[in-house]
Amino acid sequence: MTEASFDSQGAPARKRTSLTVTDERTKARNRAETRFRAYGVAAICVGVFFLIVLAFSIIRSGLPAFTQTVVAVDFQLSQQDFDEAEAQLFKTKAYEGFLIEAIRGKLEERGLEADFDAGAIERLLGKPGSTLREHYRANQQDLGQEVYFQLAAASRVDGYLTGRVTRDTLQDSRFLQMSDLDLIDELVAVGVITRSFNWNFITGADSGVDDPGGAGIGASVIGSFFMMLVVLVLSLPIGVAASIYLEEFAPQNWFTDLIEVNISNLAAVPSIVFGILGLAVFIQFMHLPQSAPLVGGLVLTLMTLPTIIISTRASLKAVPPSIRDAALGVGASKMQAVFHHVLPLAMPGILTGLIIGLAQALGETAPLLLIGMVGFVARGNPEGIVAGFTEPNSAMPAQIYTWASRADPGFYEKAWGGIIILLIFLLSMNVLAIILRRRFERRW
Amino acid sequence: MPLVWIIAIILAIAAIGFLLGRRRVLQAVQGDRRKLHSLPNYYGSNVLISALVPALLLLIIWLTLQPIYVNSLVSSGLSVSDLEQAASPDLVMAEIRRTADGLELAVASGTMTEDLARDPGADITEVAEGLQEAGSIVTSAVTQPILRAAQQYRAIMGTGYTMMFWAVVLMALGGAFWGLRNARPDYRARHTVEQAIRALLVAAASIAILTTLGIILSLIFNTIEFFRLYPATEFFFGTNWAPSFSGRGGASDLGVLPLLWGTFYISIVALTVAIPIGLFAAIYLSEYASPRVRAMAKPALEVLAGIPTIVYGLFALLTVGPLLMKVFGPDALGIMQAGTAVMTAGLVMGIMLIPFVSSLSDDIINAVPQAMRDGSYGLGATKSETIRKVILPAALPGVVGAILLAASRAIGETMIVVLGAGAAARLSLNPFDAMTTVTAKIVSQLTGDADFASPEALVAFALGMTLFVITLGLNIIALTIVRKYREQYD
Repeated sequence: MTEASFDSQGAPARKRTSLTVTDERTKARNRAETRFRAYGVAAICVGVFFLIVLAFSIIRSGLPAFTQTVVAVDFQLSQQDFDEAEAQLFKTKAYEGFLIEAIRGKLEERGLEADFDAGAIERLLGKPGSTLREHYRANQQDLGQEVYFQLAAASRVDGYLTGRVTRDTLQDSRFLQMSDLDLIDELVAVGVITRSFNWNFITGADSGVDDPGGAGIGASVIGSFFMMLVVLVLSLPIGVAASIYLEEFAPQNWFTDLIEVNISNLAAVPSIVFGILGLAVFIQFMHLPQSAPLVGGLVLTLMTLPTIIISTRASLKAVPPSIRDAALGVGASKMQAVFHHVLPLAMPGILTGLIIGLAQALGETAPLLLIGMVGFVARGNPEGIVAGFTEPNSAMPAQIYTWASRADPGFYEKAWGGIIILLIFLLSMNVLAIILRRRFERRW
Repeated sequence: MPLVWIIAIILAIAAIGFLLGRRRVLQAVQGDRRKLHSLPNYYGSNVLISALVPALLLLIIWLTLQPIYVNSLVSSGLSVSDLEQAASPDLVMAEIRRTADGLELAVASGTMTEDLARDPGADITEVAEGLQEAGSIVTSAVTQPILRAAQQYRAIMGTGYTMMFWAVVLMALGGAFWGLRNARPDYRARHTVEQAIRALLVAAASIAILTTLGIILSLIFNTIEFFRLYPATEFFFGTNWAPSFSGRGGASDLGVLPLLWGTFYISIVALTVAIPIGLFAAIYLSEYASPRVRAMAKPALEVLAGIPTIVYGLFALLTVGPLLMKVFGPDALGIMQAGTAVMTAGLVMGIMLIPFVSSLSDDIINAVPQAMRDGSYGLGATKSETIRKVILPAALPGVVGAILLAASRAIGETMIVVLGAGAAARLSLNPFDAMTTVTAKIVSQLTGDADFASPEALVAFALGMTLFVITLGLNIIALTIVRKYREQYD
């Protein structure tokens, strides 16, 4: 756009301008316009870039947690060997001897030199002898036949293959020695050491601080499940009841204002403060058990209630007044109009809000730290339903935090893997919410 | 009798009451519904409510009051000499409760007879053996007075629970009969039921008030307790944070200033990342983007807000930290000592805050009336000039409100700083130093082994109070600004 010129005859110093040629000033303004627009595009790109980096680093670092390094051997044990081994004083040692023979055989088939001792095998595999012995004692019919074994390798072997432990950083120790690395390379070459899917990570429980390989997230998934059950059972009725009152019945007075102010403030209170509340009220004052999913669920309920109330009120508000008027017109009471007509129509919206609230609660960590869901090592699944609520357990985000704060870097991989599982849960909940909204939400 | 059974019995009484009430009123009018004031189900519900609500209320009150009453009864029965070597009466009571629970468990698992558990003259070694056999954890030696008190405690609790059972069941039955008596055709059952439902709705809405009350009370009581042990002036103006780990107190320096500095420094770094990116993203999305771009980019940015903070924490600790170390670490520029630093946490927190700033500002920019844009275009302004000279000034109060909300979120954020900012409290200007925040210290003070009554643990409540007051203040200011601004254009 050009500047309009007001003076037609005076001031000859002024240059004549043409509408068909853009002057300097317009060019500058257009450049500024392009620049401004570029800032906007750049901002969006930076945001999306961060999202991609985040997703990439989660997947890249987390996927190894789903596989584990195993020593896979076809192993044959005759009845005679079995009796011989059982007759010895160190029985597991004897089985280890057979295993070493088998591995050595594999290597010699390929013409590779194979000088290693029982110590090296123990460093690579932990105590394989007892695994073998247990198998053959339980399944005697396998004697004399070829059995395919997958024995989990030690976490440092895992680290060497994933690049966490390198030849430069390795120091000879009782866990792993430089000479073992040559053996590992040879075994990889003949296909004895491979990677396989780690079911234990998905179904298993947490391990001790020195065994990252055996750690699983299963027990804490169950802990999270029980917690979400508490949140669901409490926050759906309470949230819906509170929203119905505020939206449909509350008179305009100081009490209603007080409730409204409280809800909007609670929605912005830092989550850690809810943890303090849970610690002081539920554990110190009411003596509920520490680390229990019940307490976690109660705290998360209080935390998500404001979110759920806000979204429920929005969906109640979206039901047009004509529905209420029609119900009242045919003789329903106010209560009947709300419960028989408004609530069912608002239900899809309410459920969507509830699922999103639950997803938010599922990923929340800070309050759980304070009610003791972190120091606890969830070594097993709870026995029974009541125990599921009251026995100490971990929850997914708390478990991830526990792994992230352990000294052994082997656990970091597990933490990333745990995040993948957590995000899968969150993603499916959100997709469910979107589907619900798409399918059932009505526009009036 | 387990609690579940009591509740089941009450529920059964209420359900039978519902059916009876419905039937009774239908019989009274020989099945002619038109003669009833309300629908038959309302008469049933009336019985159900009058059976259920008083009984459950009584149950809750009884369960709250009984332990308090029994505790005071048993602890008043303990003589001073019994407490001589014990640290505090609370600990003794906890020991007594544990022993009583152990007795209960032992009787339940059959390793101890009921008589032995009740016998005040029981041999102490025999009882201790029984306890250990049942697998209950009893501290090394159960002393005679403690065992005596535990037996007394258990006996009184047992009687109390039996009494509670009968009282609650009688209450439920009484309520049911009262409701049944009212099941007459001319009784206004619907009004009563609706009033009761309304009361339930009010109660549900009041939980928000109770939660706030619970937060404030639990913070205030423990904060007062803390200031009794530790001078308030040193807490608010102390420049050194060094809690002793012995848990005895005395030697600890608990000044809040380094923590506040760390909190604000990290928040400032986060906001410097989030505000420009979020604001420009919002401007682009609301003013420039085509509907298709908007439909793709807006949810993509909002995904960032839906990711749990533990993920960001891990991202800071394991990805961003090492990355920054490569650029600023000892091998390169040499101003960064460790991966956990203000910059690491601030940067990641900034990413987390982008969607907060962008979606709030987006709403606010969209709320600026179209007439203002049209006026500006009509005068010959370009789009960017309109945005800078007209829309942003008009939206400024709202944008400031959005930024304040983001700031309050940054101050209250926990997981990112716990994992990404380090643990050392220091007053430093170098953004590549490790610093710590109020929230991170709340976590570390309350998850340690410190005794709960020590200043080292109680300080967490004072920190929580500080945090609560700051974030609440920011939120109130922000919400006021946003609301005022909205009214301006409505």
